[in-house]
Amino acid sequence: MRKPANLVIALLLALLGFAVAVQVKAGGDDAELSSARPEDLVRILSDLDAQQERLRGEIGDLEDTQRRLDSGAQGRDAVLAEARKRADELGILAGTLPAEGPGLQIDLAPGSEAIKSETVLDAIEELRGAGAEAMQIAGAGGAAVRIVASSYFVDAPQAGRLVVDGTTIAAPYTITVIGGPDTMRTALNIPGGVVDSVRQHGGTVSVRASDPVRVNALHNAGAPRYAKPAQ
Amino acid sequence: MIAVIALAIGVAAGIFLEPSVPLGLQPYLPIAVVAALDAVFGALRAKLDGIFDDKQFVVSFVSNVLVAALIVYLGDKLGVGGQLSTGVVVVLGVRIFGNVAAIRRHLFRA
Repeated sequence: MRKPANLVIALLLALLGFAVAVQVKAGGDDAELSSARPEDLVRILSDLDAQQERLRGEIGDLEDTQRRLDSGAQGRDAVLAEARKRADELGILAGTLPAEGPGLQIDLAPGSEAIKSETVLDAIEELRGAGAEAMQIAGAGGAAVRIVASSYFVDAPQAGRLVVDGTTIAAPYTITVIGGPDTMRTALNIPGGVVDSVRQHGGTVSVRASDPVRVNALHNAGAPRYAKPAQ
Repeated sequence: MIAVIALAIGVAAGIFLEPSVPLGLQPYLPIAVVAALDAVFGALRAKLDGIFDDKQFVVSFVSNVLVAALIVYLGDKLGVGGQLSTGVVVVLGVRIFGNVAAIRRHLFRA
């Protein structure tokens, strides 16, 4: 009979079915890589390595860019802060910003004779010479006027009044000045100086140091019509 | 009949036992399976032609599998394993198609 041959055939076919099932299962797992040849795997690996290298380079470039942008932003901030500081300083000098600091409060009270504009101008010049940085002058109960480089002092038609930059103020006058108090006090008190000359005309001068004094009056500086920044 | 039952048992065993293919066999198993399929289809055709021979089937089955494995092994050693595997699959595929065509003519007379 052909029994043994049938058995062998059955065995072989069972083996085939088994192999097919196993292979199908294994192929389902990781078909691409597990069935790839070593050289293919090497190629895939080197591809991935190259890709990784490229992406690494890209990361480096982007980090560089980020660092550059960061430092650029910092530099811009620093420049901006510097410019703002400078604008503040110039604003104080030009009289367009309020200022405060150590300084003097000087009251000029007239006696028998009115205080002349020259005397006030002398006082201002003396204070400037002594390093005054910001000044304003106020009359009796009137608004204060910021004193800047272009300020002028004229005697008003009425006695005991003064026109400063177009504003008429009445005696007694109060000059508020920011600067080194001792230097300015010395400058005012020199013989033949401001204090002397006011007293000779019967007036009184009181000088009070205080810290801080506030110079609140603002000078309205218009844009220059003719002068432009030189290149 | 026995053959079909044996095939089903083999498939069932493969599915339920879930064996993993040993690493050394991994390149050979797919080719061996295709070679065995070629032998099986050849046997089916011979059966329908009435010239089926047990011994011939067993020998062709075993030799097909061994030769296929040998070719893949040789290809791997020569560095052309991938191409050679593809070649073997193509040749065996053509033969399987031929056998299937003959079987079809027998069964459907078309």
